Amino acid sequence: MDFSFTEEEEAFRQEVRQWLTKEIPQRWYELNTGYWEETDESWAVSRDFHRKLGERGWLAPAFPRKYGGAEMSTTKRFILSQELAHHRAPVGVEVEEAVNWVGPAILMFGSGEQKQKYIPAIARGDIVFCIGYSEPNAGSDLASLQTRATEVSDGYIINGQKIWTTIAHYADYCWLATRTDPTVSKHRGISMLVVDMRTPGITVRPLINILGHHSFNEVFFDDVHVPKDSLIGQKNQGWYQLAAALDFERSSFIVDAFADRTIEELVQYAKETECRGKPLAKDPLIRQELAQAVIENQICRMMSCRLVSIYAKGKHPNVEASMSFLTITNLTKRMMNVGMRITGLYGLLEKDSCWAVLNGEISRLYLTAASVGVGGGTTEIQRNIIALRGLGLPLK
Amino acid sequence: MDLDLTEEQVMLKKSARDFLAKECPKKLVRELDGSDDGYSPALWRRMAELGWMGLVLPEKYGGGGSSFVDLIVLMEEMGYNILPGPFFSTVVLGALPILAAGSEEQKNEFLPKIARGDLILTLALTERSATYDAEAVTTRAVADKGAYIINGTKLFVPDANVADYLLCATRTKASAKAEDGITVFLVDAKSPGVKYTLLKTLARDKQCEVALSNVKVPKTSMLGELNKGWRIVSDTLERAAVAKCAEMVGGAQAALDIAVNYAKERVQFGRAIGSFQAIQHHCASMATDVECSRFITYYAAWKLSRGLPATMEVSVAKAWTGEAYGRVTVLGQQIHGGIGFTMDHDMHLYYRRAKTGELLFGDGDFHREIVAQQVGL
Amino acid sequence: MDYSLSEQQEMLKKSARDFLSSESPKSLVRQMATDEKGFPPQLYRKMADLGWLGLNFPEKYGGTGASFLDLAVLLEEIGRACLPGPFFTSTVLAGMTILKLGSDSQRHELLPQIASGQTVITLATTEPESGYNPDKLKTKASTEGTNYLITGTKIMAPYAHVANFLICTAKTTTGITLFLVDSNTPGIKLTPLKTIASDKQFEVVFNKVKVPKKNILGKEGKGQAQLQQVLLKAAVAKCAEMVGGAQQVLEMTVDYVKERKQFGVPVGSFQAVQHHCANMLTDIDTSRFLTYQAAWKISEGLPFAKDASMAKAWVSDAYKRVTKLGHQCIGGVSLIEDHDMPLFSKRAKAAELTLGDSDYHRELVAQGLSL
Repeated sequence: MDFSFTEEEEAFRQEVRQWLTKEIPQRWYELNTGYWEETDESWAVSRDFHRKLGERGWLAPAFPRKYGGAEMSTTKRFILSQELAHHRAPVGVEVEEAVNWVGPAILMFGSGEQKQKYIPAIARGDIVFCIGYSEPNAGSDLASLQTRATEVSDGYIINGQKIWTTIAHYADYCWLATRTDPTVSKHRGISMLVVDMRTPGITVRPLINILGHHSFNEVFFDDVHVPKDSLIGQKNQGWYQLAAALDFERSSFIVDAFADRTIEELVQYAKETECRGKPLAKDPLIRQELAQAVIENQICRMMSCRLVSIYAKGKHPNVEASMSFLTITNLTKRMMNVGMRITGLYGLLEKDSCWAVLNGEISRLYLTAASVGVGGGTTEIQRNIIALRGLGLPLK
Repeated sequence: MDLDLTEEQVMLKKSARDFLAKECPKKLVRELDGSDDGYSPALWRRMAELGWMGLVLPEKYGGGGSSFVDLIVLMEEMGYNILPGPFFSTVVLGALPILAAGSEEQKNEFLPKIARGDLILTLALTERSATYDAEAVTTRAVADKGAYIINGTKLFVPDANVADYLLCATRTKASAKAEDGITVFLVDAKSPGVKYTLLKTLARDKQCEVALSNVKVPKTSMLGELNKGWRIVSDTLERAAVAKCAEMVGGAQAALDIAVNYAKERVQFGRAIGSFQAIQHHCASMATDVECSRFITYYAAWKLSRGLPATMEVSVAKAWTGEAYGRVTVLGQQIHGGIGFTMDHDMHLYYRRAKTGELLFGDGDFHREIVAQQVGL
Repeated sequence: MDYSLSEQQEMLKKSARDFLSSESPKSLVRQMATDEKGFPPQLYRKMADLGWLGLNFPEKYGGTGASFLDLAVLLEEIGRACLPGPFFTSTVLAGMTILKLGSDSQRHELLPQIASGQTVITLATTEPESGYNPDKLKTKASTEGTNYLITGTKIMAPYAHVANFLICTAKTTTGITLFLVDSNTPGIKLTPLKTIASDKQFEVVFNKVKVPKKNILGKEGKGQAQLQQVLLKAAVAKCAEMVGGAQQVLEMTVDYVKERKQFGVPVGSFQAVQHHCANMLTDIDTSRFLTYQAAWKISEGLPFAKDASMAKAWVSDAYKRVTKLGHQCIGGVSLIEDHDMPLFSKRAKAAELTLGDSDYHRELVAQGLSL
């Protein structure tokens, strides 16, 4: 058992820190857009930054070098992700999707040409993916998806609708889960296609999230004709690819690093802010609350590290990823409550209000917390997985 | 002992529910949230016609002569529907203190107009510390011939931007004890030197910064006695805490109703998601939270309406209900999954108000400390 | 980064599990609750033969020379088995105190005796008014020639009745000092305290108990500060025990709910029960890793205080949650004394309060943030 990072890994961390301090544009911090708050300008700033990361092989560091990656070890990747999060770098869900969910799935299941077509472009930061999973009637029951891809002589014709498709309005491609065989049981008739978002017949309709921003969408497919090589892996075997991609999605390495930073800011705030003649930092309730946040943050990190440890051995986590996801949810809920408890009424103020504190982070956190525990599989689904697959408990 | 609502209260509840559902649908709620004034003058008029503003004011001032509990019944419905606007500020933070502490002239001047819907009032209490205790008050009022000159900055003053009068808590005498030396003035909101800035808040409720710069007020605007104003403020805060609880109970009930309806309709895995035990137990937890909150809120309200000491009960209610409403809306969001994360859906309207309600007029920690003191710790 | 046990650790784990399931079944555990000694001496000797009683003592002191991490692996199995006896107090608490603070001759004299099972040593440091607050310590040690005379009352001294020595804290002129007291010394009176965990706690009254100066452990007047580090390590060791207990509770629960039928189906097919079990597993895994990180840091000689407090705060609460859910899922039958569940839930409560509860350790974490 070894909880340490090697000297080389620590040196890498320092290298990343120095690079980020230099390379993240000041404009990004001025824009102060968080998750779910993308604007055209923040998007443009992010994409520039992705390309810079790509030049170093750091955008998709796990990818093979021949595809523009750095063949970076899982541990170093973990360090890189953590530092990016801690510095609040312009690396959001758009990178997660392409680099961490879709890219590995294509590397696992795609043909040589498909890998050549997409992987280097992902690694350079030239292309971005959106994820076409959920439908109005297929949320937790994702396998019941209905978007149909009918095979024709020169490809597939797609008809259907996806929902909650984050950044579909910016994406170059869609990682699309389709039904290619409606006659077999639901898990068996699914195929994964990569669809160019410029293909005629695709309509993206904005949905406004509870932060009041346009981040996700409905995406309609009306007789969208795509070539045969859109299919990744084997026809009707898509559920396995999707499930693998979901496990990657649940192997997030960043939430605790974000929280780390927020905790630092809250500790500082508590030390500097007085209430009834003494710093908040001396209030025993605040001390207990912050300490618990630190502990839950560490828990979340440990669970991520455990995933790193599994990946590093060439294995694939499943139940462990679900458990990690639960700790992420708990940590986020804890952070939103701690933040509000410490900042009080000031925490209710949005970032552009006068008297706002911590850049409006606390009120934003409160709203984004509503999505944690839902996206990527609800906590109920995660618990189902842990109970059924992890503990072998019976289905009724 | 009878824990049921009276027949009149049941009727009030129903008529309020129907009225608000029709006159203040969620479309209007969102419009008002997005506006600067945050209320609809037309709706305000109709509410006045229904006698809502004067509900608990004595008949001789044009009110309905009802009890504080009746007001709580009404406020629960306002929380259920969500009613943006300065009703809470005007009635709970304005009318009730004037009724309790005003001179006969002041009551005659203000209360009939409030009952008619002609005046909007609010309480300007908290300042930089963002707390609801006497130490928060540093705004000074200095005697100057027949008047007082007020200087200071108030924060988180609800509806100050549309108020006609501010009940302004000031410090008129330096004292060892913070509660001594506080005086409340009825400040004409249009007085020279009063400046508002609307704060942008999570719940889009109209909280304001109010900067008071050499604001001159006549001596006759003093509410109650010089230097003895804290009693007025603390009584007002108790009523405000309970009234806010009532709103929160209503909101929590609405969140529960919405979630249960959704759970019955939304089908996944070939069955209503409400048939999954995890969802059922979430709803059961929510329902339990709503009921517990309702009863401790009504108990506190009943004691206040009887003029009985209720400091403990008020703080029990506020500490509990603030956090219960939060739990209920978190589960409400959870049950709705993706759709709960959209602006279009109504759940976030309650989710935002839950956190706001928890923090206004003292959060859980603040009120638990009062409970601790009340039990002799 | 590697979260797996080494091959030797896996072997230790397996052999410990096998040994304890055959030598310390739950029937024995229940029997020992009312036994005067509280543990079977022959079992203790067998543990000595296995090298357990000096597992993490250096070989030069008669120990096995294993690491603190190895000790944690063993303690997990001990917690799983609810092993009765003075292992924790003697090997872990007293052993680590002597290892850290003892003079070379004290170490050479006592550690081999602990390791061989010949000698049991316990800690008598807690007082009625001084649990977490050393300022309130009342026990005094006055000088008389080359001796000290100790007077005071200690409570919650585990297995004091079988201890050959008691390590006790007392105030000298320079501050709090640690003394090694021969339990045969006149003036010591023991009264058993009946506890829910049946863990043989004692009140120890010292009445002018004569202790030679050479029996001071560590530096005079610096006892509390010196002990603090040991207590933090012991807290991590306690966490390892708790993780083992929690794991057993989960397994017991899952086995039960797979079998137990209500409404015509196994209760384990109800989502509420499934989700309770999922929460239990998550609590156990998070507890295990937090504990092992602290244990690893101790083994590596790295600063560990923050990790120790985080672990003790979290695991104290987690084990309690796990046993509560265990009772909940198993239902009424789990409340019967004969059932195994009460063995764990009572120990969960005792362990939570031993060596600092969650509030205490969270405060230490807060201090670590310079709040």
